[in-house]
Amino acid sequence: MDLDPVRISLMGLPAWAVLWVLTLGAFGVFGFRAWQLVGLLLKARSENRFDQLGARVMRFVRHVLLQPRLFNEPSIGLAHFLIFWGFVVYVICFNWSLVRGLLPVLPIPYPDEFGPSAFFLDVFAVAVLVSLGAAVVRRVFFPPAHLHLSWDANLILSLIGILMLTTLFGGSFRLLGEGKTFSMWTPFSSLVAMVWPAMTGADAHRWAIGMWWTHMITVLFFLVYLPYSKHLHLLASPFNVFFGNLRPAGDLSIAGGGEELAAGSAKWNEFTWKQLLSGFSCAECGRCDRACPATNSGFPLQPQQLVQKLKKHSIHAGLAKQNGNGEKLIGDVITENEIWACTTCMSCMERCAVLNEQLPIIVQLRRHLVSEGQMAKTVQDALNNFNRYGNSFGKSDRMRAKWTQALGWKVKDARKEEVEYLWFVGDYASFDPRLEESTRKTANVFKAAGVDFGILYEGERNAGNDVRRVGEEGLFEMLRDKNLQAMGKAKYKKIVTTDPHAFNTLKNEYGFEGVEVLHYSEVLDRLAAEGKLAFKNKVAGRVTYHDPCYLGRYNDIYEPARRILKAAGVELVEMERSHNRSYCCGAGGGRIWMEDVEGVKERPAESRVREAAALGVTTLVVACPKDLVMFQDALKTAGLEGKLVIKDVIDLVEEATRQA
Amino acid sequence: MAGNIWIVAEAWRGQVSEITFELLALGREVAGQAGAPLEAVLLGSNARELAQKLGAADTVLYADNAALADPVPENFATALAQLIKEKQPAAVLVPLTNLSVDVGVMLAAQLNVPFLNYCKDLKAEGGNLTATCVLYGGKMEATVTASAKPAIIGILPGARSVDQGRSDKAATIADVAVTLAAPKVHFKRYLESEAGDVDITQKDFLVAVGRGIQTKDNLDLAEDLAATLGGAVCGSRPVIDQGWLGLSRQVGKSGMNVKPKLYVTLGISGAPEHVEGMKSAQCIIAVNTDAAAPIFNVAHYGVVGDALEVAPALTEKIKARKG
Amino acid sequence: MDILVLMKVVPDVVEELEVGSDGKSLDTSFLRTIINERDDHALEQALLLKDKHGGKVTLLTLDAPDIDDVLFTALAKGADRAVKICGVESVQSTQTAVKLFGETIAKTPGLLPVDLILTGVSAIDDLDGLMAAPIAQQLGWPYSGVVTQVALADKTATVIKEFAGGVRGEYEVPTPAVLGIQAAEKPPRYVPVAKVRAAMKSMTIESVDAPAVEAATTVAVQQMAKPQVTGHAEMLEGSPEEVADKICELLAKRGLI
Repeated sequence: MDLDPVRISLMGLPAWAVLWVLTLGAFGVFGFRAWQLVGLLLKARSENRFDQLGARVMRFVRHVLLQPRLFNEPSIGLAHFLIFWGFVVYVICFNWSLVRGLLPVLPIPYPDEFGPSAFFLDVFAVAVLVSLGAAVVRRVFFPPAHLHLSWDANLILSLIGILMLTTLFGGSFRLLGEGKTFSMWTPFSSLVAMVWPAMTGADAHRWAIGMWWTHMITVLFFLVYLPYSKHLHLLASPFNVFFGNLRPAGDLSIAGGGEELAAGSAKWNEFTWKQLLSGFSCAECGRCDRACPATNSGFPLQPQQLVQKLKKHSIHAGLAKQNGNGEKLIGDVITENEIWACTTCMSCMERCAVLNEQLPIIVQLRRHLVSEGQMAKTVQDALNNFNRYGNSFGKSDRMRAKWTQALGWKVKDARKEEVEYLWFVGDYASFDPRLEESTRKTANVFKAAGVDFGILYEGERNAGNDVRRVGEEGLFEMLRDKNLQAMGKAKYKKIVTTDPHAFNTLKNEYGFEGVEVLHYSEVLDRLAAEGKLAFKNKVAGRVTYHDPCYLGRYNDIYEPARRILKAAGVELVEMERSHNRSYCCGAGGGRIWMEDVEGVKERPAESRVREAAALGVTTLVVACPKDLVMFQDALKTAGLEGKLVIKDVIDLVEEATRQA
Repeated sequence: MAGNIWIVAEAWRGQVSEITFELLALGREVAGQAGAPLEAVLLGSNARELAQKLGAADTVLYADNAALADPVPENFATALAQLIKEKQPAAVLVPLTNLSVDVGVMLAAQLNVPFLNYCKDLKAEGGNLTATCVLYGGKMEATVTASAKPAIIGILPGARSVDQGRSDKAATIADVAVTLAAPKVHFKRYLESEAGDVDITQKDFLVAVGRGIQTKDNLDLAEDLAATLGGAVCGSRPVIDQGWLGLSRQVGKSGMNVKPKLYVTLGISGAPEHVEGMKSAQCIIAVNTDAAAPIFNVAHYGVVGDALEVAPALTEKIKARKG
Repeated sequence: MDILVLMKVVPDVVEELEVGSDGKSLDTSFLRTIINERDDHALEQALLLKDKHGGKVTLLTLDAPDIDDVLFTALAKGADRAVKICGVESVQSTQTAVKLFGETIAKTPGLLPVDLILTGVSAIDDLDGLMAAPIAQQLGWPYSGVVTQVALADKTATVIKEFAGGVRGEYEVPTPAVLGIQAAEKPPRYVPVAKVRAAMKSMTIESVDAPAVEAATTVAVQQMAKPQVTGHAEMLEGSPEEVADKICELLAKRGLI
């Protein structure tokens, strides 16, 4: 009997013809769905993600083929890696098998008839089955928080299981049909073949053919089902990665996006195609939710849900004939509290395995709310103050440099005298009475180290980083223009900032060319390396360091502050959540001007000071003025006053370099 | 100075308002300097017994008219205008309260004279009236002469003390008549303050919070302190407008007038509207980050610092002391 | 329902105020002005009424530095028309402002008729009077001040006035009327900068020449000065704990704890 599974007759028709019907049907449905979804993307707003093809290919290789981000969670990283590669090999073999089945005249063997491919299929089938086992055990017995345990996901895992089993079983029946019990090319099938009860060669043939057809029909079903399921990420995420953001993460502007984006997005087709593609690519793995400080504190935001809601709504509303059921994206689908809960810490984007960009989506939603004037009164007050006085404190801009009065010496006015460093002091460091002392220390340390620096005095405005992330794009542009105007009058070579938030926007969003923008921790680090900081009195004690979001995750600067702290003499202990896993203080993205909502359990800053205190250190060192304020408040509410102190890097440097 | 000195007595819902006595005290001084009699004008309906309380004036001009039963400023202004035309006083002092300010400005408009506003002190010198007026939210004071006749002068609460204006002397009451047509604006009804959970005017200890407490959550710190003291929490207008506290907890011009034994302010800058409602507290302790905040001009003790730090520390110390 | 809103700017007290060389007025060299807060509430109340009933909201203001920003912001918020009275030096006196507004309203075609004129009940520089009542007197319209709520029906406005102690009064005012707004029902809305910029492009501000009016002189400023601080709190210094200890001592001494 011929072992070729298409040379039989099925329901009175040649089997190859049945295969043609099934294949055309499945690809037709698949194609229709894909056409629908791509149609949605084409109706969305434009965004240029077609530049730097070389870099995009590299990114594709890294994040699609090698998947380093999945290995951040080791329990599933390897398993997913194997499932992915098993899947790729099987897709290739499946197509080979399908082509051979559709065109029986081709003078080629089936993949399982050819030694090397049969070997791969055999081994991968087992590896994938083991991985599936791991996945099932994780889902059933150790489900991580925020993993979406859907019926959909279980069905897909079952289908993959069927595919692997039919491969193994098919191989074993083929062996038996050929009258063999072992083949070196298919060791696992050989093992399985030993399990079956004795059967005739013809029976084994029939079983082998049955396995082949089960396999093919399962794959074709899979093909139809895939674009309707969460495994749409299989199709979408490679594109998502390829078209991922290559610009600095700290730049919110959208290349090739129209001006209308500044007014925000309230409808599905007011997002860019790339933002919608994020929804299609989400694998519902929950990495973002597990990392999100808002989610962990009990705020109503879960980044995964937000992206999923956008996906469901855009498919639902986009494919509906009229207006669908009229549900509104903002209000009915996504609530205002969700939108405002984000601290813009970027943990979600840092973790996302498919390189989704959740933050720009949230900012688009916020921009809409801002353009409608829908925001908390406290945020409104802050924005009005920025507009009028250039700072959120509602203080006169003429008071901005008041902190210098107690220095006893005059800081240069960079608008009048040429300086090497233009020091962009920032709002909190300038106006908050709790921070003035630290700001003066920075000035004194710079002076003692011979740094030639000046400030803009009343010419400085808030840099606009958080204004932009609140969604007030026009106000951001206004602040930026005013700062650029003041800076245009100054002569300087480099910019140094106190505030990582200001640092981020100056570095990534102001469009300086040929001007280095530095955080003061970087400048201190350089001064130390050049021997200009004399660490006379080493500071003792065990401390830990909190990486500010806008310095670390946003700009990849982790080490300068650590080096200086060590140079100052302290013993540096790391928190578990450090470097790119650093845990936000909760102040970013304008949250510092907002109230907590009902249901908040442990605020991010409280969680953070407890984490630091648990290390048994005396001091939590920060490099961001907002952190100092947030953590000092959190000490009180967490009951850690007297057990832990919060200090700025400069406090320790000043102590270590102070003249006796 | 030709003409008498008048004060417009404010009576509301069967009570003489306290500011009336403050005006009597100030008016007494001015009348003395001018060598003129001090007259109080009380307008009302069946309010003669209230006129008895105004003995500090040389004469109480009492006009009884049914149209003066309800707070319709237009009627009061028209009545005053008639009396002024008839009796030609030199100056008319009007309380700057929400209730009376409309009477004052409508009176001035009817007589086509200026309404001298925000006056905290007044003198009669050499035939002229010299007023000290508070401008720009208390940032400046102007010394002003008013040459209009009569001078209609709005007097800020707190110009003099209430006690100075009280008198046991039986008032000399002169009945005067006014004729009033139907007003354009009709009074419909009073809307009572929301039933408050506590009556802050009855508390000996009050902890008042202002904009400086930053967030609603921080109210807890004030609540803790108030509970430890055995008092209640109240607030300035921004805090009420923010919805952090109910209207019944507002202290100041539109809110309550309180006189507790102890008044602790947390993050209150001391806008005149707030000070008006709490200046008579026996002991005022103010905590504010801004050393230049006007609250420190009113408080007996001041702390330049973060209310969010001082309040919990104070709560602990008091608890420890109380055992 | 058409509404006219009268607005003026006042010195911004966030800035340090200084007395000018004449000793009688503010030093204008560093002076920055800001919309009178209560006028901003009057605008908001007008916009709230427009949201509810439709109609046109027109702004009338005295020319001043930066006044265009104020007017474009108001237009971006939803006002329909903005008119500024030009050709007067900075107006120091509320009485003079009243005359300028009153004459302009009466003589400029297209400003009347309206159902309501709203303006802030008072301003921090109102030395010689408040605006709303004399303007109502000139027009022969009813007036109500210290208003915190307005509901409009045919020919009647129902307004809520604030008294003291949280008690308020409800009044019926036949329209047209002039109302002095203490506070709008909601805090003034936020308008994003982009919308203000769009208003600058798409809308225009009308100018009318100031009518010739005699400056009011019956109230003469003799002197202006920063207030002498008469009393000052005894300041307690130290860490929060130290301060708390000192306060405890004081309270104990006074028998309060």
